[in-house]
Amino acid sequence: MTTETMGMTTPAFMSDDAGDRKLAIICSKGTLDMAYPGLILANGALENGIETHLFFTFWGLDMVNKKTMKKLTITSAGNTSMRFPGTSISMPQLMAWIPGMTKFQSWMMRKQIRDLEVPNVPDLLQHISDSGGHLWACKMSADMMKLELGDLFDEVEDIINVDAFMAISEGAQVLFI
Amino acid sequence: MPAQVIAGREVEVDEEGFMTDPGQWSEEIAAALAGQIEIETLTDDHWKVIRFLREDFEQEGETATLRRVATVGGVSTKDLYTLFPKKPAKKMAYVSGLPKPKGCI
Repeated sequence: MTTETMGMTTPAFMSDDAGDRKLAIICSKGTLDMAYPGLILANGALENGIETHLFFTFWGLDMVNKKTMKKLTITSAGNTSMRFPGTSISMPQLMAWIPGMTKFQSWMMRKQIRDLEVPNVPDLLQHISDSGGHLWACKMSADMMKLELGDLFDEVEDIINVDAFMAISEGAQVLFI
Repeated sequence: MPAQVIAGREVEVDEEGFMTDPGQWSEEIAAALAGQIEIETLTDDHWKVIRFLREDFEQEGETATLRRVATVGGVSTKDLYTLFPKKPAKKMAYVSGLPKPKGCI
């Protein structure tokens, strides 16, 4: 191993510190497993100095609806990726029909997430907002579900139409989840 | 592994510039590192974060994530972004002479 000694240099992460990278994440799903990817990516983007917008549409509104955001669920129905923990065995589809199974599986996944010290959905949204992330709700979905701004998580800035989203996401990399 | 002379001492750093041996760190080095990331003066609030990170690393063996500094270290997320703008997790680890956090949150 060669050792070279030099004077102080600026760390690599400063090279794009003044960058204007921008990310817009469209969250369209309201299940527990589909809520986290957008939230974790948003957090990671913010920690890298990237301007970040989250746009909640259709079932994604469940993530910011005060009545549902703490109770997102996951089901093994039609989900062959859901396996018995630590095994490669998919949960039998019939299991999903057992009363209380979805509730139990959702509880289990929330516990696994908590054990990793990852915050629940409302806490993670608050963290994203505190980090400077922007939260927007889709007007058409909100109208359809009869939701108003007051029904949504306090940090949601506004209910906006697609035209406004186009303006916000101008020049952004867009992720659809 | 490259080495750099920081505040008059030779220290080991990785390719990205993070110190690789927390034992080589000193408060003078922290002040010099801060200058590299455009933090002119380390205030008491900066030091509170740095001390938490150092103590937590000693106990846990890994660098605290931003979220952990907020919930366990008691410095709010908003304040962390003000103290270490744009890339708080990397910047506070860098100044504290620790590896960048591995956790996603």
